[in-house]
Amino acid sequence: MTDSLPLLEVQKISKRFGGTQALREVSLSCYPGRVLGLIGENGAGKSTLMKVLSGAHRPDTGQMTLDGELYAPNGPHAARLAGVAMIYQELNLAPDLSVEDNLMLGQELSSWGWIRRKAQRARIQEVLAWLGHPDLAPEKPVRELSVAAQQLVEIARALISDAKLIVFDEPTSSLTQHDTQRLFEVIRRLKAAGRGVVYISHFLEEVRTICDDYAVLRDGQSVGQGCLADVGEAQIVALMVGRSVQELFPCVPHVPGKPILSLRGLSGRRSPQDVSFELHRGEIFGLAGLVGAGRTELLRTVYGLDAVRSGSVKISSQVTRHHPAARMSAGLGFVSEDRKREGLAQTRSIADNLTYSDLKPYHWGGWLNLTARRRAVEHWMQKMQVKAYSSEQAIGELSGGNQQKVAIARVLHQQADILLLDEPTRGIDVGTKAEIYRLMGELAADGKAILFVSSYLTELLAVCDRIGVMQRGTLKEIREAVDWTEEELLNLAVG
Amino acid sequence: MALPRIPQSASRILGALGPLLALILVFLGFAAAETLTLEPGRRAVFLTPDNLRAIAVNSGAIAVCALGMTAIIIAGGIDLSVGTGLALCATVLAVCLKENWSPVAAIAMTLATGALLGAINGSLISALRVPAFIVTLGTMQIYLGAGKLLAETADGAATVRPNVTTQVPPWLQGLLSTREHSLWPNWQTGQPAVDQLINWMSYPWGIWVGLLLALALSVVLRYTVFGRYLYAIGSNEATARLCGVSVPLVRIAVFVVGGLFVGLAGIYQFSRLSSGNPTSGLGLELKVIAAVVIGGGSLNGGRGSILGTLAGAALMSVIASGCTQLGLQNPLQDVVLGAIIVAAVTLDNIREQKFRTA
Repeated sequence: MTDSLPLLEVQKISKRFGGTQALREVSLSCYPGRVLGLIGENGAGKSTLMKVLSGAHRPDTGQMTLDGELYAPNGPHAARLAGVAMIYQELNLAPDLSVEDNLMLGQELSSWGWIRRKAQRARIQEVLAWLGHPDLAPEKPVRELSVAAQQLVEIARALISDAKLIVFDEPTSSLTQHDTQRLFEVIRRLKAAGRGVVYISHFLEEVRTICDDYAVLRDGQSVGQGCLADVGEAQIVALMVGRSVQELFPCVPHVPGKPILSLRGLSGRRSPQDVSFELHRGEIFGLAGLVGAGRTELLRTVYGLDAVRSGSVKISSQVTRHHPAARMSAGLGFVSEDRKREGLAQTRSIADNLTYSDLKPYHWGGWLNLTARRRAVEHWMQKMQVKAYSSEQAIGELSGGNQQKVAIARVLHQQADILLLDEPTRGIDVGTKAEIYRLMGELAADGKAILFVSSYLTELLAVCDRIGVMQRGTLKEIREAVDWTEEELLNLAVG
Repeated sequence: MALPRIPQSASRILGALGPLLALILVFLGFAAAETLTLEPGRRAVFLTPDNLRAIAVNSGAIAVCALGMTAIIIAGGIDLSVGTGLALCATVLAVCLKENWSPVAAIAMTLATGALLGAINGSLISALRVPAFIVTLGTMQIYLGAGKLLAETADGAATVRPNVTTQVPPWLQGLLSTREHSLWPNWQTGQPAVDQLINWMSYPWGIWVGLLLALALSVVLRYTVFGRYLYAIGSNEATARLCGVSVPLVRIAVFVVGGLFVGLAGIYQFSRLSSGNPTSGLGLELKVIAAVVIGGGSLNGGRGSILGTLAGAALMSVIASGCTQLGLQNPLQDVVLGAIIVAAVTLDNIREQKFRTA
């Protein structure tokens, strides 16, 4: 790969949790001044490997070296002292503290216990300027910053602690395209300064853009690594899923029919604003836009979760009460973008999560027939290929992809005719994504209508019949999917 | 796709039986300690039917109250007003009896009062969108004041005492009494060998009612839509709302259920004291919550078990009894109890960790 010595070398690391072998003799090397893309499906062991790197888990066997010295951190603080910084998908900041306090937390510049504000400010300005973001105000509370700016704070914190190796875990999962570009700019600067970067992602396009080397994990094992310039996308996908993926976007032919959901001038508290369109049976309608453009709010308002200020929602030309229960019985089903906080009750079983929205078939006067329910749930698990030990397993123990299958199975189980899917493929592996695209096509062919929100333009263009772009709460323009290009969608979304 | 593996049900069962196991261990520990420290010529009292009865009777009001609290905590709520609430209910019962109401009507009135107190809590939480902790912190004080006001206006005294011989029927006095004629089954009828066996199983009828209700509640939690919704709301309220569950209604309902148990606990309290004193429940709410937490209930909601709660309530009573038998002073009992609560919550956290790393 390169002639220089590796900055980080992971040698035959294994880790076992109870009955599952999370990592099996994983080895990889990361070089200074290069970006290593760590790729793998969900459940492949990326998170576990990251936790071993950060000192949160201790490996059962194997060892790591950092800069030629043995690296065996016994906790996040030890990792930081050794020069390894983690930037997690869910950011690790104290929301009520200012940018400055967050940056300096645990590494304050002080004399005799008194904080040296001036020196701190100077150091912060220096680092922010170096990162190309001198405009970030140090006195602002972090909760008022955008996700992208918060991420920047984390990166700056790593720089202030003088980290040699910075590990990014799915850093772009909640960033807009524009912010992603700015993040890449920052990563290029880190690279130019000779620091090592590990970049964990599902997005192959991103990995190709920003990384120099790759390492692929599958089922807790390293299945391939090398220089990205030497391999094609199809090869990497094949390594990830363990079989050749003929098509990432399987096409199921379907024909749009009669209108089933119609919105007239729908406005919520802040967004959506004056949104009108019709969704047809057998149609997949995509909603593009930046995070915060009001796509999620539109779905929530249609579903009866957010308040309506004006306008109407008609389902099969009927007006219903503005409440999730009423909308559900009219045929709506909603899959939330946030599985952890909203979509699923993490501590409850698969069976509970799958049937919460419709327990009617299994109870008589409030008394449940659990056997009948279990049979139905097992049927759906089989149909959706949910990998689990039993229908009574807690949903929080499943991988992201399997959780999402249960979330989608729930709206299918309640026999929804109109599916509101909010980022249904976020944070799940390539294989499951393909399954979900196929399922969406099959459902459309079956006469169901799908409203599909996604920030991943490639999938919108590949799967949808029509795409509308939202910007600041309004629906700007609707066209047939074939009439859009990625650039046009993006330009309109940014506005 | 069900993969072959012994599911984690083994660990789940262990989790549910953990508190029961702890109870048995502590119990045997005290029995052993007593045998070891027994002075010659004195009989061991810890492992006798009489002592078991005393332990059960002493934990009666707290255990019954903790049943309702378990349902509330499973639904992600908490009720700090149960202590003063049950004292208010006991006062209502005393006042009704003193006003020469029929005992059945008086008891109905007491239960209705409990349900009303719960409904007030639940409605306030749902309507004001203020955390249950804060709302019930307020109503705790309100119910105390209401009880004092009731005692003052109805009786002109701080404690309401109906006439025990004329106004309180014997069956109500015997609710938690350990006198022989109040016990069921009564053992003074058959063969001596059989009597001895029955002696071990004889408890006042209040204990049997409590056990029956515990069984009923655990069935409701597991086999009804209402029970499933309680777990859903406690585990993730947003998910419940997404699934069309009417969260405010279910919440009011669970607080009403909790209130009914508070009313019943008030009756137990009255039966023990033969009087209604509005201040007699102060501090009980913490013991009630402790029983649920020791029993594996999570203050984050979504988890809790009836069996565990009963074991938790009994455990506290066993510790009190055991410490007394061993001649340990009161302050030491408090320290032991506190240590056990912290240990229980620590275990709970370890169990919860599983979901955070997954």
